[in-house]
Amino acid sequence: MWPAEFDYARPSSVAEALQLLADNEDAKLLAGGHSLLPAMKLRLNEAPLLIDISRIEGLGSISNNGSLTIGALCTHADIAASADVQASCNALATATGMVGDQQVRNWGTLGGNVAHADPASDPPTVLVAFNANINIEGASGSRSVAASDFFMDLFTVDLEPGEIITSIEIPAHAHDGSAYVKMPHPASRYAVVGICVVLQRDGGRCSGAHVAVGGATVRAMRSPGAEAALRGSALDDAALDAAAAALKEDIANDLIGDMSFPEAYRQEMAGVYLKRAVRAAGG
Amino acid sequence: MKISVNVNGCTRESDVEARTLLVNYLRDELGLTGTKIGCDTSQCGACTVHMDGKALKSCTCLAVQADGCDVTTIEGLAQNGDLHPMQQSFWDNHGLQCGFCTPGMIMATTALLTDNPNPDEDEIRHGLEGNLCRCTGYHNIVKAVAAVAQAGGD
Repeated sequence: MWPAEFDYARPSSVAEALQLLADNEDAKLLAGGHSLLPAMKLRLNEAPLLIDISRIEGLGSISNNGSLTIGALCTHADIAASADVQASCNALATATGMVGDQQVRNWGTLGGNVAHADPASDPPTVLVAFNANINIEGASGSRSVAASDFFMDLFTVDLEPGEIITSIEIPAHAHDGSAYVKMPHPASRYAVVGICVVLQRDGGRCSGAHVAVGGATVRAMRSPGAEAALRGSALDDAALDAAAAALKEDIANDLIGDMSFPEAYRQEMAGVYLKRAVRAAGG
Repeated sequence: MKISVNVNGCTRESDVEARTLLVNYLRDELGLTGTKIGCDTSQCGACTVHMDGKALKSCTCLAVQADGCDVTTIEGLAQNGDLHPMQQSFWDNHGLQCGFCTPGMIMATTALLTDNPNPDEDEIRHGLEGNLCRCTGYHNIVKAVAAVAQAGGD
């Protein structure tokens, strides 16, 4: 299958890419291409111009200066293998290591992943749980958007035409354990449900918890109810039951479903996988 | 667009449409038909090649993205008439039935052993998630990969 015809440009700087975007309405950015090209081959998407940003220098590194900064061009394989990521945000290493398969992880980028915002993708759920910020450059300057605001709806993000994601920043967040667990679709391995839990402990008690869910919902989102149920608890079975119930209530209006995995099933499984995630995070 | 790609050690210069997929460039422009098109939707892995040393589904990459890169296809693995150890191991372990998925399997598994020279069976199976065998002949494929790892060579 061939995509529809398009022109191709390969800028060498962000400034040059922004100018190309400004000069070419409906142009699209190409990085790893692992979300865009399949959609273009199926004629679900087309563009008069693809702007290949994959060789722009400076967007492909991971640094840790208190907060963890991941260049938008970092691939899932880069991130999964990064000692910095494993040390400060291990759930993200787990999640990026679960994306697609070896070949996809080698070339698909985190910037492209968040821009595409497939609700069944793994990394957005972790980014929301860790209060990540999406750093964006545009013609009028740069801005930073909290992941929980950035993911707005199915395949819909807070990114204007003419803007480029340059990095994803994960603020330092002291925690005692984190985990991302998912129920993979048996064929595609996309998340039917994905849960990320970040726990803080104080002795035998949970002093703080972040809980985010994806796969089951239109967008990756936090569950304030589940977090409140875990906070202050001994993370015993009763607390986990309460957290699962609260999670299911929090996502009730945002569920997605299909013939194989209807909304009610995903909602129920979200509760099951929340419990598994808490245990996997050491709770 | 004019591109220059180092394919199996030879620099190839071509003029391609921007929308040309790498797999079509390899098969139709260069005649390297060992790389197969199985699903065309980034799932089956039959089109797997190495680009700059990393496994890639060549149906999910534009030829223009390979400009200036090193690409290795199944035709580039054998040296001086000797099969690559992975090719030989697929032969020895009967790691193929119809053979259609085999080039992609071999390119994926050679890359797998580069990243992880001593995978256990789970890791081999996990590493092959991106490659489908329609004959369902996975068992001997896994045996073939394990045999190469045990012999310590890829």
